[in-house]
Amino acid sequence: MQKEYTVTVYTEDRIGITNRITIIFTRRGINITSLTTAETEIPGVFKFIITVMSTREKLDKVVGQIERLIEIHRAFVHEEEEVVYQELALYKISTKSLESGDIERLIRDHQARILTITADYFVIEKTGHQQELTAFIKKLEPYGLIEYSKSGRVAIVKWSRRFHDHLKELQASSEA
Amino acid sequence: MQQKDVLPMKAEKADKRLSAKPVISGSEAVIRSLIAEGVDTIFGYPGGAIMPIYDALYDFQDKVHHILVRHEQGATHAAQGYARSSGKVGVAFATSGPGATNLVTGLADAYMDSTPMVCITGQVAASLLGTDAFQETDVIGITMPITKWNIQVTRQEDIPGAIAKAFYIARSGRPGPVLVDITKNAQVGECEYEYVPCKHIRSYQPVPELRLDAVKEAAALINAAKKPYLLVGHGVLLSGAEKELIALAEKAQIPMASTLLGLSAVPVDHPLYVGLLGMHGNYAPNILTGECDTVIAVGMRFDDRVTGDVSTYVANAKVIHIEIDAAEINKIIKADVALHADAKTALQALLKEVQPARHEEWLAEFRAADKKEYDKVQHGELYPETGELKMAEVVRLISEKTKGEAVLVTDVGQHQMIASRYYRFKNPNTNITSGGMGTMGFSLPAAMGAKMGTPEKEVVAVIGDGCFQMTLQELGTIYQSKIGVKIVILNNNFLGMVRQWQQLFFDKRYSSTEMVNPDFVQIAKGFFIPGKKVTAREDISAAIDEMLATDGAYLLEVVVEKEDNVFPMIPAGTPVTTIRLE
Repeated sequence: MQKEYTVTVYTEDRIGITNRITIIFTRRGINITSLTTAETEIPGVFKFIITVMSTREKLDKVVGQIERLIEIHRAFVHEEEEVVYQELALYKISTKSLESGDIERLIRDHQARILTITADYFVIEKTGHQQELTAFIKKLEPYGLIEYSKSGRVAIVKWSRRFHDHLKELQASSEA
Repeated sequence: MQQKDVLPMKAEKADKRLSAKPVISGSEAVIRSLIAEGVDTIFGYPGGAIMPIYDALYDFQDKVHHILVRHEQGATHAAQGYARSSGKVGVAFATSGPGATNLVTGLADAYMDSTPMVCITGQVAASLLGTDAFQETDVIGITMPITKWNIQVTRQEDIPGAIAKAFYIARSGRPGPVLVDITKNAQVGECEYEYVPCKHIRSYQPVPELRLDAVKEAAALINAAKKPYLLVGHGVLLSGAEKELIALAEKAQIPMASTLLGLSAVPVDHPLYVGLLGMHGNYAPNILTGECDTVIAVGMRFDDRVTGDVSTYVANAKVIHIEIDAAEINKIIKADVALHADAKTALQALLKEVQPARHEEWLAEFRAADKKEYDKVQHGELYPETGELKMAEVVRLISEKTKGEAVLVTDVGQHQMIASRYYRFKNPNTNITSGGMGTMGFSLPAAMGAKMGTPEKEVVAVIGDGCFQMTLQELGTIYQSKIGVKIVILNNNFLGMVRQWQQLFFDKRYSSTEMVNPDFVQIAKGFFIPGKKVTAREDISAAIDEMLATDGAYLLEVVVEKEDNVFPMIPAGTPVTTIRLE
């Protein structure tokens, strides 16, 4: 059964590593729906958070083939309930719209916040799950939405403590 | 092209070269690093972007033997043949652009067949990368999915470290090909040289730790088995586990069948050896996979040519999978017990836990099925008295006359299946073929490499007429470098395997499979290689004798039955138990 999964991959910091990971999905015809990457708390170790629609069986094999890559530390597949995750969206609205309607109420009710205001536009930030972020677009449309931009998923794995100990050991051993 | 500085070396520069950390060019660092890794043979082809490295090579001709091939694809297959026969890492050189893209087939082949190889390509200067410079190609991007690892080096000081990593990765764990792309500025720039072999990469664990509880579980399954069955893969050869494998088989009287790449791990005449698995393998080992109750798969990956229909494959058996590459475990066949380990380590541990046993009735089933194949297929193939020459009788004669001790290098198609079925291998690492990729044109260059890797052995390439014409330019290499390979072309004037499928599955519509061939002996003659063409049964034995008695290379063309078929056969995607004898 196809459903949404989160795949996390811990890698070395190396040119082309994104390509090495993504071609393994490409080969099996799996579409990546979002991808977020940044350095972890361990310098030189990066974490990729990838969301895909696929089956568990396929992804277990994909993750095995990703782990086979030389510069990959570990890779995991997570079911929805195994991760706490968040996405971030920015909404650019015309400043003129501030005069009409109750945008303040809207921002308060949706726990969004204003990042900046200029004479022409202002930018609202909101975090949440994809559905909430896209639902918020509908709400803002009457006010004249100029631009919308959303990040990929950032996730924390509920059971990941042991692996982080492993990463710390890795850091200790490379510092020694 | 810049002119090389031919002025006498300044004294100061000479001193630097002799110090503990000499200052040398990146190109010289390449050659010195290779020598430090024990490389004495390189297959390659020069060109603009790799000229500085070839120039550095010029000063080390006493230490490194460079074989000038006729096409870069030939360099990769030669490096593969070298690696497979000698157990060392094969090395190939090519220039940027077309030189680099010509490596693709060989890299893909080596990746599929777990062959340790390091390819070094020249690249345009770092300042030109990404500008569509002359002969620039993104070889790193192109080869990413077909190498175990690749790296582009743009600074000379990174060259020794990159080469050290390349060799470590190519030969450790599940071996594979690695490509090192070196920009021209790094080749000509100077750096302090120091070579430190790579022994560890923190994100890479080539030798998994064997779990002893899994060994105990596996042994319990084997000890309880009535019909245990060993499937011998390439991993046995790669880890040098032939003795441990045979000891285990003998202790518990377990029949052993081989995959195509596992051939030669077990001598064909071993009483517990039951034959070749797969689409054109032997009848007994295929049909009885449906009967066994415990399978011990060693260093093999359940290729679809072995399993046929996966859903019915070994459906009645417990599966023990010994495999060094975790990604292969549960990829095709679910393992009841997985031993994620090097084959030798796992077999040694298993040998201690497995109890002696006898399986007389089970072994008798193999003998009975074998007799069926012998009577229906083999006898007629091996000892025909009338009709045109058959591939199998030629292979039988080569096998007898070389006492099964030659390195047999085969290409892809009917002749490959026939040679793999009928050559009676005696010693490990004497079967070299393109298995996973099925690369036509593999064997002529691979045989050159095999001969360079094991010059003391007789190397016989058995090639189809179609395959031969894909890489026949390497006859030039064979002549120039005096490589004493014996070349046997089994010529049926057809792309025989495709024709067989057309006959069986496409209503005999022979679409583009008939070949109008040149005079192969004349071609060999053009390269000053002696040869003979045989069409009659009474001449074949003497011709093979003449070939084997010839000092140096020899080409024997044997005209064989035009529309012969290879049987047994398992039609693609069907259960192996549906194997057909005719």
